[in-house]
Amino acid sequence: MKADHTLDCVGLYCPMPIVKTAEKFKELKPGEVLEVMADDKGIKQDMPAWCKTTGNECLGIEEEGGEIKVYVKKTHE
Amino acid sequence: MAEEKEKLSIVVFSGDLDRALAAFIVATTAASMGMEVSMFFTFWGLNIIKKNEGGIKSKGLMRKILNFINRGGSKRLKLSRFNMLGLGTWMMKRLMKDINYPSIDEFITMAKDMGVKLIACTTTCGVMGLSEGAFRSEVDSMAGAAYFLGEARESKVALFI
Repeated sequence: MKADHTLDCVGLYCPMPIVKTAEKFKELKPGEVLEVMADDKGIKQDMPAWCKTTGNECLGIEEEGGEIKVYVKKTHE
Repeated sequence: MAEEKEKLSIVVFSGDLDRALAAFIVATTAASMGMEVSMFFTFWGLNIIKKNEGGIKSKGLMRKILNFINRGGSKRLKLSRFNMLGLGTWMMKRLMKDINYPSIDEFITMAKDMGVKLIACTTTCGVMGLSEGAFRSEVDSMAGAAYFLGEARESKVALFI
């Protein structure tokens, strides 16, 4: 999946991937996609929940080995 | 056009390291989800937001003794279980450091940056003889239970830690 921005959260544990995603999102324009890389499995549930609460779109989750990539689209300012 | 933010109110009654971490994890996550968070520190919870350095000034022998044995400050917090005279707490802090997990101080900074409000309970302060000078600069204000209830009744989520 293609992304406009990347955020490396490998090695970080909850809540850091989500906290950093929220911070990074300030840099995105509506319509842009952020790729978040993490290895804490909690992100597979955390990110969809974060998206639901903030009204953003969770496009998909890719997993390769221990590394997880989550694609999130900013829907509004 | 301002959006109505959902509110989270947390009473932090415990002064344990593990419970303090849980409180801040929930607070920062909620803030990252756009919620308006207030943390109301009472009783042992005040230990989390006391200044680390210097002495705690208070009047009266009992209060002086209390504030000596219950000095508080984020660096003095202990695990709620298996403190083992400090060894368990030391081990847990070490394990967290090994995985680069944020410390309580780092969480406090993060929480403040994200707009979380830190409030100290006036009643506990009165009982223990604590003034504003006993607390770290990140503390926003001192308030009572009515203030907390005022926030809690408007909150989507209210927690007691």
